[in-house]
Amino acid sequence: MPLDNVVFWVFAPISVASAIAMLVMRNAVHAALFLIVNFFCIAVMYLLLDAPFLFAVQIIVYAGAIMVLFLFVIMLLGVDRTEDLRERLAGQRIAAVVLGVGAALEITMAIRAGVGFARHAPVSFVGGSAQALAAKLFTTYFFPFEVTSILLIVAAIAAMVLAQRKARAVTLAEAAAGRPEAPAPAPAAAGAGAGPQVVP
Amino acid sequence: MRTPIAYFLVLSGILFSIGTAGVLLRKNALVIFMSVELQLNAVNLTLVAFSRMHGDLGGQVLAFFSMVVAAAEVVVGLAIIVSVYRRHHSVNVDEARELSG
Repeated sequence: MPLDNVVFWVFAPISVASAIAMLVMRNAVHAALFLIVNFFCIAVMYLLLDAPFLFAVQIIVYAGAIMVLFLFVIMLLGVDRTEDLRERLAGQRIAAVVLGVGAALEITMAIRAGVGFARHAPVSFVGGSAQALAAKLFTTYFFPFEVTSILLIVAAIAAMVLAQRKARAVTLAEAAAGRPEAPAPAPAAAGAGAGPQVVP
Repeated sequence: MRTPIAYFLVLSGILFSIGTAGVLLRKNALVIFMSVELQLNAVNLTLVAFSRMHGDLGGQVLAFFSMVVAAAEVVVGLAIIVSVYRRHHSVNVDEARELSG
């Protein structure tokens, strides 16, 4: 059995198991930790597919930055809340499981019809290295690369604007009810025609 | 490289389906968002696998851009979740139902 087969069959079950564990964990922190395990397994898959640069980026960006951000937000919002398990739609859970399994089977059938289970990748693959990727990125894909820098700036500004604490817009109905989560039964006397007020 | 490409594709299909089931099953907005991230990663794995199969680096470049966009998306999405929490004091997606008819 070749070595990369061994590596695949070690890490593929771990990634599927950690994904399922993320799905069933009630605690959001545990779910995030299992997702980190899953991201590491996917990074190993990138290594098997001769993409060492994406392996590094996956670990640094996903398992590092993004999951730290997730954990930070989980801590910020409180980890001790229990999830409300009541279903509002009857049979939603069963339907979701059935649809998920059906989607997996359908994708497998499509892969079997389109690619075939016996098809191997070409043995020689020149240019899986970081240098080749950089050459491609800075010649052919230079314009999209620059556009992503604008995207990152816009995202940073948007996050700051969205997460700003003071000067939140509160509707008049909420101000009258006194509680932010009140389900807005707008009283007729509460200033018809006035727009949302900014309450510091 | 002796592992058939289809194995990676099937793995990513399974991960994508688990992510889909997570979006449909869970009520916590953060866990739903994590499931979306799982789906994004599964698609990235597909891109890299096809890139290897065709011997073309374009798939890897596309996966790289997808990671950058995912990072930006996570930042904005988490900010939205934080502001929804400030409004409803809950991250349960069933609580945010002002727009339901």
